[in-house]
Amino acid sequence: MIESITILTGHGKKGGTEGVERIDFKMGDVVSIVGPTGSGKTTLINDIELFADGTTPTGRRVLINGMPPPAEYRDNPACNPIALITQHTTFLSDLPVNEFLRTHARIRSQSPVDGDGLVRQTLDFANQLTGEPIIPTSQMTELSGGQTRALLIADATIICNTPIVLLDEVENAGIHRTRALELLRRYRKIFIFVTHDPRIALLSDYRIIMQQGRITDVLYANDEERECSVKVSQLDDLLTRMRDKLRFGERLTIEELEGVL
Amino acid sequence: MKLLICAGPATTGKTAVLRHMIRKLLAKNLRSAFLKIDVQYAEEDEIFAREFGIPTKKVYSGELCPDHCNVMVLGDALRWADAEGCQVLMVETAGLCLRCSPYVDGGLGIVVLEATSGMNLPLKVGPMLSLADIAVVTKIDRVSQAEREVFRSRIQDVAPQVRIREVNALYGIGIDPLVASVEAFPDAGENLLLRGNPPVGTCTICVGKKEIGWQAHFGVVRALENQVFYRGE
Ligand SMILES: Nc1ncnc2c1ncn2[C@@H]1O[C@H](COP(=O)(O)OP(=O)(O)O)[C@@H](O)[C@H]1O
Ligand SMILES: [Mg+2]
Repeated sequence: MIESITILTGHGKKGGTEGVERIDFKMGDVVSIVGPTGSGKTTLINDIELFADGTTPTGRRVLINGMPPPAEYRDNPACNPIALITQHTTFLSDLPVNEFLRTHARIRSQSPVDGDGLVRQTLDFANQLTGEPIIPTSQMTELSGGQTRALLIADATIICNTPIVLLDEVENAGIHRTRALELLRRYRKIFIFVTHDPRIALLSDYRIIMQQGRITDVLYANDEERECSVKVSQLDDLLTRMRDKLRFGERLTIEELEGVL
Repeated sequence: MKLLICAGPATTGKTAVLRHMIRKLLAKNLRSAFLKIDVQYAEEDEIFAREFGIPTKKVYSGELCPDHCNVMVLGDALRWADAEGCQVLMVETAGLCLRCSPYVDGGLGIVVLEATSGMNLPLKVGPMLSLADIAVVTKIDRVSQAEREVFRSRIQDVAPQVRIREVNALYGIGIDPLVASVEAFPDAGENLLLRGNPPVGTCTICVGKKEIGWQAHFGVVRALENQVFYRGE
């Protein structure tokens, strides 16, 4: 059983220790990583996914339940407690979607699985996130950016179904972001979001601040921010509604802003 | 002398992987000699000589296939590395024809494949993969985690006994276990043998017969509608 995951911090791009010595993520935590482009956000979640042992360029170490993780986490996908949704918006795999997913379901599981059932569930999940349904027989390489991201999220949730999920900028690339958050938060896991999105950042229990490859600080949400969070979500919904109207050729009215602004 | 033979398709990152290994071995006071076998162009030897000050050599296989060339020169190369006072001999080879493999009993065999090369690659590279000790998968940051895992399973399906190591050769992530495997491997003995069975048959093209059509050839031949058969004595 995974209860916690710990980062023992290392150093930034120009050397210099990080702003905190360690961060402990507890089961159920929802965390954001924020910082400008190039500040090392992706590098940080890659460290976690690689179970860094001091040999990556950052010198960080990762512990699971306070201990160095066993080698099988890395060597056997069926034992890996981490699913990582990368920033990739294209697949390079020359396989049809259903064959790819069936293979992934087989190797991510420790016992025989109902492959076809899982593939169906995964596609159902993905199709709730993308406007353009994914056809199971199409090639992975043919999927659009939005379909790719939707499939990555669905695969991580349904097929990997791991206690730890890392997500790199899910807000980009044309998926229903609010729907994704809603679906994801039905599960009790450790969620770590790399994000530029105020809504996601404010929905988190705490956020990790990054600059020039260093973790500079960890900020916990306070009461005032929790209040902001409600407003920000309303604003965000408003913008989403307006965006959809514009996309479907409708006109906007001033009334729509009432109650929010 | 520890012997390491590293094969893999062009541009997969063999040199980048070996560079990190040479550096990490040097840090442990283990000096490598480096031999590059290629068909017609290579400069890795000069780069490594400049970068690490280690003894290096290259051999252009020319008329021979690279694996054949490897068999010819490897005995001399081991003596050369020893005379240079090295503890490890690293051989990097293009291993091009995919019917045989360059690995020998007595040396660690490493194949380098890139995660970006498509899911059918493991099915296509034959004994270069299946006779290796370790398959190193490079460019792992270029694909999603899911694709990396499916690629791993495609390798495992063809070569269940080969250990798989994923590395990021750009930043040297995942190299330590490879170095440990070299250190743990027994020293290369005197009478080395090529691993696995070389393909049967003499290549009549290699001996200079240019005529098109199996009727002009002997040994193991094949017609369009038939499986291979034997023609001649
Ligand atoms: N602690 C560090 N030490 C050395 N290099 C780092 C460190 N953190 C990040 N980098 C490098 O900085 C670059 C940008 O980092 P990246 O994680 O992609 O940023 P972001 O995801 O925030 O845009 C990468 O090339 C990465 O390797
Ligand atoms: Mg990034």
